[in-house]
Amino acid sequence: MMKHESIETNAGLLIVLTLAAISIGGLVEIVPLFHIEGTVESVKNAEGKDSVRPYTALEQLGRDIYTREGCYNCHSQMIRPFRDEALRYGHYSLAAESQYDHPFQWGSKRTGPDLARVGGKYSSAWHVQHLNQPTSVVPESIMPNYPWLLETDLDYSDLQGKMKALKKVGVPYSLTKEEYAANTDQFGEDVAKLLDINRAETNMVEQAKKGNYDKNPAKLSEMDALVAYLQVLGTMVDFSKHDEAEFVQFR
Amino acid sequence: MAHEEKIIDPITGAETTGHVWDETIREFNNPLPRWWLWAFYGTIIFTVVYFIMYPSWPTNLVEGGYMKGLKTITYKADSGEEVTTHWNTRALLAKAMQTDELELRRQEMVKTVAATSIDEIAADSDKSQFVLAYGKGIFGDYCAACHQAGGQGVIGHYPNLIDDAWLWGGDAADIETTIRKGRKGNMPAHSSSLSKTEITQVANYVLSLSGEQVSSADAEAGKGVFNTKGCSGCHTPTGVGMKALGSANLTDKIWTQAKVPSATDAAAKVAAVSAIVSGGIQREMPAWESRLSDDEIKVLVRYIKLLAQ
Repeated sequence: MMKHESIETNAGLLIVLTLAAISIGGLVEIVPLFHIEGTVESVKNAEGKDSVRPYTALEQLGRDIYTREGCYNCHSQMIRPFRDEALRYGHYSLAAESQYDHPFQWGSKRTGPDLARVGGKYSSAWHVQHLNQPTSVVPESIMPNYPWLLETDLDYSDLQGKMKALKKVGVPYSLTKEEYAANTDQFGEDVAKLLDINRAETNMVEQAKKGNYDKNPAKLSEMDALVAYLQVLGTMVDFSKHDEAEFVQFR
Repeated sequence: MAHEEKIIDPITGAETTGHVWDETIREFNNPLPRWWLWAFYGTIIFTVVYFIMYPSWPTNLVEGGYMKGLKTITYKADSGEEVTTHWNTRALLAKAMQTDELELRRQEMVKTVAATSIDEIAADSDKSQFVLAYGKGIFGDYCAACHQAGGQGVIGHYPNLIDDAWLWGGDAADIETTIRKGRKGNMPAHSSSLSKTEITQVANYVLSLSGEQVSSADAEAGKGVFNTKGCSGCHTPTGVGMKALGSANLTDKIWTQAKVPSATDAAAKVAAVSAIVSGGIQREMPAWESRLSDDEIKVLVRYIKLLAQ
């Protein structure tokens, strides 16, 4: 039998055995996750298409601003299945709802409220004013001002590159005709158009114009993108059309 | 290191481990306290029980992709059917919303209050206390961001809910529709359709409607502009506004958009009104019917009515 002493006096062997010992927990817990199916809920709308879609070009750029400004430091995007959270924020977050987030913005701390279902909760005009100067609408707020969002033109020079990068990690943006057809199958024609990298810029400008998020049609600002992103959060699944039991079976 | 017999250290009387270095250096044996050791073993046993009882290990070795555990929960699906499933937090929440004592009391109270008229609630201290307490929570989360915690609004942006002036009607049914469907208020900008002079004139007229001291000549001219250039179409010829359009009553002393109350002199007041005439107004209240339940909306209406009283 190998003696304790011979391991302790042999540095190489000690390192190898230590690594083996501390890897066991990780291997047992993490490796199986790569091989199982069914952690992400399948959520279909009335037409039988996927309810949750990847972000549009404008929303994705808004998301990048969200991460750039570190919003996740104070705001979570994860409503847990607890009574108090259900009463305050709405339905608990589904895994499906953040399946196209890279990286996800679940967060780990709430200095401000959870934002997982903030979409549609306030008007875009409110968001603009609030981001510009939070205390002007919420006097007790300790959120900092973000006045540059309105002043700064949205930088979309690398828009297609960003979408291609996301495509590499599994977000179904389309480049080829086949991919476009697959998206039509999965999400429907209207959404498939929005996910087409080749039309990214046209789509982005169109959405910004139609949404007029920053109330200044003459300028495509960072505010446009960020508010477009905030307004879509948590709105893709219509929970009134689903039986609660559908989601329970995924846990 | 060498191994020898465990001996009792002669000076301290404590036991040594038997490990000896450099022939004389020994190590005291300081065993873990018994209670600690047994608690530690206890946690290991707990882990095993937990592992078996609750969802634990993701693996394709078992059906469904993970060990679901032996513990079960029974709850009612939306279809009314009773479902029994392995223990998980989603089912736990569904069950809590259906069986938890406090939650049931909350639901019952919300339902009762929603079905009770405002006058009855005002007369019943239990119910009015519930509306004020529970409504405050909903209002604080959904409404206060714009209308402010006390419902006083922000002049220039969001209407005051605790005065007697209502753009879209102030009885319970109107308020309920407003919350349910949301509102879009729109006054066109007049900077291109009216000249600067006309805007000043009409601003003087609008101020005169509320009894403000203004230049009477301008106000007189402004009355003509008001009635011929489209203002009266929404605000009515007498300036009282129309509930159906959400057009403001210009004859009361209440200002929701023009910053007249904070203006210090007549010129500033005219400028404040002119700015609105010239730039127009676009404002929006979101619709809440998909986010709040019918009963919650009714509680909210009652809360707002109590606030305004």
